[in-house]
Amino acid sequence: MTGAAHLRRWLGLLLLVAAGLLGGCATVPGEGVSKVDPWEPMNRKVFAFNEAVDQAAIKPAALIYQNVVPNFVRTAVGNVFGNLGDIWTTANLVLQLKPKLAVDMGARALINTTFGIGGLLDVADEAGLERKASEDFGQTLGFWGLKSGPYVVLPIIGPATLRDATGLALDLRDSGPSRVWKEPRDRNAASSLQVLDTRVKLLNAGRVLDDIALDKYVLLRDAYLARRRSLIYDGDPPEEENAPPPYKAVIKRESSDTK
Amino acid sequence: MLRRTWICAVGLTASLLAMTSLHAEPLAPDAFVRQVSGEIIDAVKADKAIQAGDVGRIRALVDAKVMPHVNFQRMTASSVGPQWRSASPEQQKKMLVEFQTLMVNTYSGALTQVKDQTVVVKPLRAGAAEGSEVVVRSEVRGKGDPIQLDYRLEKAGEGWKIYDVNVGGFWLVEAYKGQFAKDLSAGGIDALIATLTQKNKSLAGAKN
Repeated sequence: MTGAAHLRRWLGLLLLVAAGLLGGCATVPGEGVSKVDPWEPMNRKVFAFNEAVDQAAIKPAALIYQNVVPNFVRTAVGNVFGNLGDIWTTANLVLQLKPKLAVDMGARALINTTFGIGGLLDVADEAGLERKASEDFGQTLGFWGLKSGPYVVLPIIGPATLRDATGLALDLRDSGPSRVWKEPRDRNAASSLQVLDTRVKLLNAGRVLDDIALDKYVLLRDAYLARRRSLIYDGDPPEEENAPPPYKAVIKRESSDTK
Repeated sequence: MLRRTWICAVGLTASLLAMTSLHAEPLAPDAFVRQVSGEIIDAVKADKAIQAGDVGRIRALVDAKVMPHVNFQRMTASSVGPQWRSASPEQQKKMLVEFQTLMVNTYSGALTQVKDQTVVVKPLRAGAAEGSEVVVRSEVRGKGDPIQLDYRLEKAGEGWKIYDVNVGGFWLVEAYKGQFAKDLSAGGIDALIATLTQKNKSLAGAKN
């Protein structure tokens, strides 16, 4: 193992600990400061920056991508990233002790990688193996009870929490794209393509958001936090704020299944 | 002879029809959601003007097919929170009107996206329909990943009314609570009504 890899591992661990500590702090209600968003002033600045970059560069590029590149090519691009995502999902499902889903998603990724020519075609979907889950490392951390910590808006990437940002660092390092494209140049090209692919899918959602939001920053924040919580509880989050973390219910369910 | 059989058949059909209508059970909550969402999707698919984003047509559709099934008063009250009860009837009326306009705008944006989607309503949890309030889960399937779409329903007479909707894990009332909080704490319900009126005006301006 190289020194750099060591360093990165330690940095990751450090972030993890920081997330835990800050998560603890954030539960103390502050005067006038939103409990989940103590860094709001800074976040709003980054948010404004992201909006400006999006308007000036990313959205126009996405529109060109949508208009110039034929539909079937864009579908294939989306399928490739989706397939890489499925592999990463499978790994995270294993980490979350969900064997049945992991087998389903693993089979899906296997079929698409082989018969779907490296994921270009989503043949598994047509065979009835549709995408049943989409998991990342932030969700795995949440599954095991790590609190989300403060909300943070990352430059370019957008909404996250301290926990999800930590998870994202691992996602970017260990998930499919960085394993497939080893050369930095290729990896950058792949990342840009992934950004365009994602942005095109959000073109219409963005319009709806602009229409209904009184305060877009707050709407995106609340939506992000609610969605992440919902994902961690697999679409069925408990009503109570301080409910037990999901792993307790899952362990109970799995152990009663095997009886 | 033939004539008698014919009359008999008509009579039988008529009495059968009468019987089914007499014995009509109130719809189960999941069947209710299936029916309402099916009606809306069919209406959008059949109407080119709606797909193109014709606000007038969308408003007509929402008024005819959505609003009768929504307890809008309750939705507004819980989005505003404690200040709703201390508001005057006048303020409440204004708030309902402006909020409803905003909701129709929310809906019109979403409805223009309907193309080849289908709605799959998930089975209820055992015993869920016994209570006066129930959550019905559904999924919109189309191109790409399915979108979670859940409803909170309350019993209203023989049927059900929707009082909250969840899109992708985010409850609408929760969303509007967050959007309303700043105006409510800064200038009360009047400030909120002013902001909503302004927002609706700018949306109407942008679309015409």
